[in-house]
Amino acid sequence: MNKELMNGTSAIAESAIQAGCKYYFGYPITPQNELPEYMSRRLPKVDGVFLQAESELSAINMVLGASAAGARVMTSSSSPGISLKQEAISYMAAQELPAVIVNIMRGGPGLGHIAFSQADYFQSTRGGGHGDYRTIVLAPCTVQEMADMTFNSFDLADTYRTPVILLGDGMLGQMMEPVVIPTAKNKSPPRRDYAVTGAKGREQRVIKSFFVEGKDLKEHNWKLFRKYKKIEQNEVRYETYLLDDAEMAVVAYGTAARIAKGAINRLRKEDEGLRIGMIIPKTLWPFPSRVIKETSRYISDFFVFELCTGQMIDDVRLSLEGSGHIHFYGRPGSVVPTPSELARIMARHYYQSQRKKKK
Amino acid sequence: MKKICKTVPKNRRLFGKIMRGTITIDTEFCKGCEYCIEFCPKKVIHLSEKLNVKGYYFAELKENEENGCTGCATCAISCPEAAIEVYRE
Amino acid sequence: MKKIYSRPKSLSKVPFHHCPGCGHSIIHRLIAELLDEMDLQERAICTPPPGCSVFAYNYINIDMVEAPHGRGAAVATGIKRVRPDCLVFTYQGDGDLAAIGTAETLHAANRGEFITAIFVNNAVYAMTGGQMAPTTLLGQKTTTSPYGRNPQSEGEPIKMSELLSTFKGTSYIERVAVNNPKNIKKAKKAIQKAFQHQIDKTGFTLVEILSPCPVNWKMDPLQSCKWIDEVMIKEFPLGVKKEIK
Repeated sequence: MNKELMNGTSAIAESAIQAGCKYYFGYPITPQNELPEYMSRRLPKVDGVFLQAESELSAINMVLGASAAGARVMTSSSSPGISLKQEAISYMAAQELPAVIVNIMRGGPGLGHIAFSQADYFQSTRGGGHGDYRTIVLAPCTVQEMADMTFNSFDLADTYRTPVILLGDGMLGQMMEPVVIPTAKNKSPPRRDYAVTGAKGREQRVIKSFFVEGKDLKEHNWKLFRKYKKIEQNEVRYETYLLDDAEMAVVAYGTAARIAKGAINRLRKEDEGLRIGMIIPKTLWPFPSRVIKETSRYISDFFVFELCTGQMIDDVRLSLEGSGHIHFYGRPGSVVPTPSELARIMARHYYQSQRKKKK
Repeated sequence: MKKICKTVPKNRRLFGKIMRGTITIDTEFCKGCEYCIEFCPKKVIHLSEKLNVKGYYFAELKENEENGCTGCATCAISCPEAAIEVYRE
Repeated sequence: MKKIYSRPKSLSKVPFHHCPGCGHSIIHRLIAELLDEMDLQERAICTPPPGCSVFAYNYINIDMVEAPHGRGAAVATGIKRVRPDCLVFTYQGDGDLAAIGTAETLHAANRGEFITAIFVNNAVYAMTGGQMAPTTLLGQKTTTSPYGRNPQSEGEPIKMSELLSTFKGTSYIERVAVNNPKNIKKAKKAIQKAFQHQIDKTGFTLVEILSPCPVNWKMDPLQSCKWIDEVMIKEFPLGVKKEIK
């Protein structure tokens, strides 16, 4: 596909279709409405199925059914809608069903705001529903990444047979940027010998998560645990930016990371050139703890910047295990700081940390 | 619509000849709900004094009534446990 | 002597866990008989719910997907859209279909999904110990309506068959009962017609089955069958509520 100007939600939709996703069940909610709208135009053209359900809760259960029947399937919503989907996401994690769930975060809690925030971090990375489980959480920073991550998320979901959450936000969803939509070399979906297709010439297949014997559930819990450990070993993704000579490391993801990059560039160009670098988690679960821990060997000050009152900061603190000093700046409520505004705040924390070092 | 439902004719007396039949009841599947006893038109089934493994008095054909059964299958139709097999001449 | 009836092939050789005289057992048996007779065992997919019938997959030998409580119609919709050539049916109790799953049921019916809902109405939440359900009768005592269901505060029993028959998307809806052989035969006929309507793609089909629940009604099995005739059927009249020719 050649380069096009698309907004984040449409890029996600087209990329999903290119990845072979033929089934989409959604529900209107700002700021992700363009995604179901796009799907409603495109899917019928590729003999796919678009269905607007009566609620996000019903939509995710349709996703559960379609995934159980062996399809590449996706749904999308925004914060309050994602809350409604949590029960079924827990079921899909337990039933080991692959699916892609897109959350274009908006302001919260409650009805919150229709623009953007990063306040669903805990909900996404801590399972969100009931029981011991995690979901892979991908955090794009650009519209191109939204397309690429969506495209790869279907393979991730199939490889580990688990739901995958793509965590965008209202800014990224609505923003238009040039993007090249990835295309699949071979379109044939992987073999799914768990899928229900009608027990023709084979044993019945049962996709369930109820275990009447406690010991069976215990085994299943540990099986899922082993899967999550494997994901933690293999699927951590992050980027670093100007970290080598940095005196302070920013930790930020998504839109916050883009704003921080602008702030870092400004501060480095100033006369006395503040040496600040950044670690950008691309997977929020599994969280890139190791690189943060290693960075703390030569950088002692970490500046966590989030578009909420502070959630990822917990994971940074867990990763550092006390071996670094954490500065925090949160900007909830869909009020976006400009890079220069953020630069002033970062500079203040930077000088504060330098003074402390001189003592 | 394909007519497939095997409805059992009410009157088992065909051409003046009394139809003969019999049943077998899986004693371990039976839970003694007594549906077959209640709905058997010939009243040829009763609860045994013996218990099955689960502790239910299971249903069985009455000893002296074997030839009373016409094989009408009403018992099998009402049996929740699908525990009854029906034979007919 | 020729054997004219035995346990249906689609029913696994496992005794049901249901209580003695439970309507679920009868309904499982009827479905299995139909899967044999209509040769559907290799194309059928069911979505058992949490409830007394959660172990349907241990008994009926077809592909199954456990649906979260109340979401059977939505899960079945997802399955049917991916596997249109399969016979997809939900198996739901009155709480599952008419309380928590009302929206899913109504909208699947309204969309005319080619799925069949097997709706077992035993007037209580049975597996959880006999609480009041949307179909609990007025004055009926349950563990959460200990003084009898009071319309002022708990409303009236919901008549899902009549309600859904007003939806254009539905093509065949019948209320039956499994409390005596005559009704059991009619119930089997109704399920068979509903399955056939699904195969013929005429619309959403539902069979509401009044089913005895002796343990939670605190009656013995035969009394519960009598109670259905004397009390329940008056509130939930049997018969075809909708049929597209």
